[in-house]
Amino acid sequence: MDALVSLVSIRNLVKTYQRGPEKIEVLHGIDLDIPRGDFVCLMGPSGSGKTTLLNLIGGLDSPTSGQIDFDGKRIDQMSSSKLTQWRANHIGFIFQSYNLLPMLSALKNVELPLLLTKLTAAQRRHNAEIALQLVGLKDRIKHKPSELSGGQQQRVAIARAIVSDPQLLVCDEPTGDLDRKSADEILSLLTQLNQEHGKSIIMVTHDPKAAEYAKRIVRLDKGTLVAASA
Amino acid sequence: MKYFSLIWASLFRRKTRTILTLLSIIVAFMLFGLLQAVNQAFNGGADSADADRLITNSRYSIIDMLPVAYQRQIESVPGVKAVAFASWFGGSYQDKPAQFAVFPVVPDEYLKIAPELQVSPQTLAAWKADRTGAVVGEALAKRMHWKVGDKVPLQADIWPQKDGSLTWTFDIVGTFHNTKDKANGDSALLFRYDYFDEARQYGQGTIGWFLVKIDDRRHAGSVGKAIDALFANSDHETKTQTEQVFAQGFAKQFGDIALIVSAILGAVFFAILVLTGNTMSQALRERIPELGILKTLGFSNRAVWWLVLLESLLLAILGAVLGLLLAVFAIGAMKSMLTGFGITEVGWRVVAEGLFFACLLGLLVGFAPALQAMRLKIVDALKA
Repeated sequence: MDALVSLVSIRNLVKTYQRGPEKIEVLHGIDLDIPRGDFVCLMGPSGSGKTTLLNLIGGLDSPTSGQIDFDGKRIDQMSSSKLTQWRANHIGFIFQSYNLLPMLSALKNVELPLLLTKLTAAQRRHNAEIALQLVGLKDRIKHKPSELSGGQQQRVAIARAIVSDPQLLVCDEPTGDLDRKSADEILSLLTQLNQEHGKSIIMVTHDPKAAEYAKRIVRLDKGTLVAASA
Repeated sequence: MKYFSLIWASLFRRKTRTILTLLSIIVAFMLFGLLQAVNQAFNGGADSADADRLITNSRYSIIDMLPVAYQRQIESVPGVKAVAFASWFGGSYQDKPAQFAVFPVVPDEYLKIAPELQVSPQTLAAWKADRTGAVVGEALAKRMHWKVGDKVPLQADIWPQKDGSLTWTFDIVGTFHNTKDKANGDSALLFRYDYFDEARQYGQGTIGWFLVKIDDRRHAGSVGKAIDALFANSDHETKTQTEQVFAQGFAKQFGDIALIVSAILGAVFFAILVLTGNTMSQALRERIPELGILKTLGFSNRAVWWLVLLESLLLAILGAVLGLLLAVFAIGAMKSMLTGFGITEVGWRVVAEGLFFACLLGLLVGFAPALQAMRLKIVDALKA
């Protein structure tokens, strides 16, 4: 697929870690395209490099070699500060363990990415309330994470991920800590964000049922793409 | 300002630990406020002393008297503008040692050399008209509930009267205001030397020390030497020094208060530095994944550095403000007990110094954790 029409275009991506004297190559020349509006599921056994690939796509880490284009811009060549700014503007992150700040209310957690914008306090609050409303937690805005269930915490994390209106949602096992019912609710919410709000999603999961919500599945094994299915 | 709620929430993430640390800082700064107020009171005389005013007293002991006739000789020394004198009276009031200075002086001469003592013309006229008249500092009059017309009996412990009586009775004719040394200067009673000299049993024609006003502070050394040279090898050799040096020497009779205060505060602040440093390091270790999340969301390394540093500064400044406020209230509550020692308030200088030390404490304690937070790699932080 052409890099110009893809939201994310990855070419010959290699990531090597240094473990003491030993160099470990985790990703061996990955090529991958994620079109706009895609919902792609990244699967594979533990240690296959799923999270590493996700971190590189999300700009949390830098590749050893290779090229990552996002919306036509190379992010693998960005400086650390540019990458930070780019992340704030384009990517929403959803993690397995929610990663909410425990001392802040749901509303304040969702407002966090907006602190980096020029919005006024009232505008930040308004936008955060809308995001929480979208995930069905308007009545829980003052609750702290410890006062919410796992599913509700993940909804807050989704609200935080979408509040700055990013193009791509990067989800690392978003249902890994949830029961089946909550997991289905979260996956339905992600599907809704994909279909109704046009958010592109890349999701790592071990759960085949979760993978069924994606438009296509990409499989990784030992740092190499082995198969893609629709 | 928009980050304040985040910094505040992070600071009180572990409420008990933060409150205990905060209490330690509060106690440290309260101690700082109180001890510095004591230090300031002891050095108040030195701070308010005039650099162009010298004190001439006996070379060998402050309690040895000097002939009053020296006044004219000192006036003749080049560079001397005016000379006045005073003596230590001591005494007791209501069976307790007087917790204020009592000096016999010549009103016009003394007030000319000490213009910081402001006496109204009416009061001065009344004082000059009444041989047993005395003027008292405003603060002293207020503390003792003395008013004009009162007769104040003091029991002498050095100077009995000719008839053997130890009781000296003074008529309060008015008050003075000391524009420079509010702590000590307002706690004095001045009475007339002529009454003192005529009525005392012995020591006629002698005084305790001379106050010498000179024309230029740069000549203090040479004028002082010239004065002392006048009386070299006499029965009453003199020692002349600036009023500031004299006041410092006087305060040091009680011990080097500044050194004692510095030593105590040094130990306290070192303990606080270690304690607060430990708190901040522990808080940082617990929050590594949270800091990783902030960076993931787009907070730059520099922003995270500031967040951690400001948290440390907030803790130190909050503790300092509360501690200094407590010191202000404590001195206010004990004012009546402390005024006799010249301790009247926690001055603005002490507050400013306290806030400076709080900032220093916050920076010292927060710098290393802030640096560590800044250098965190997101991927490693999220795994922690």
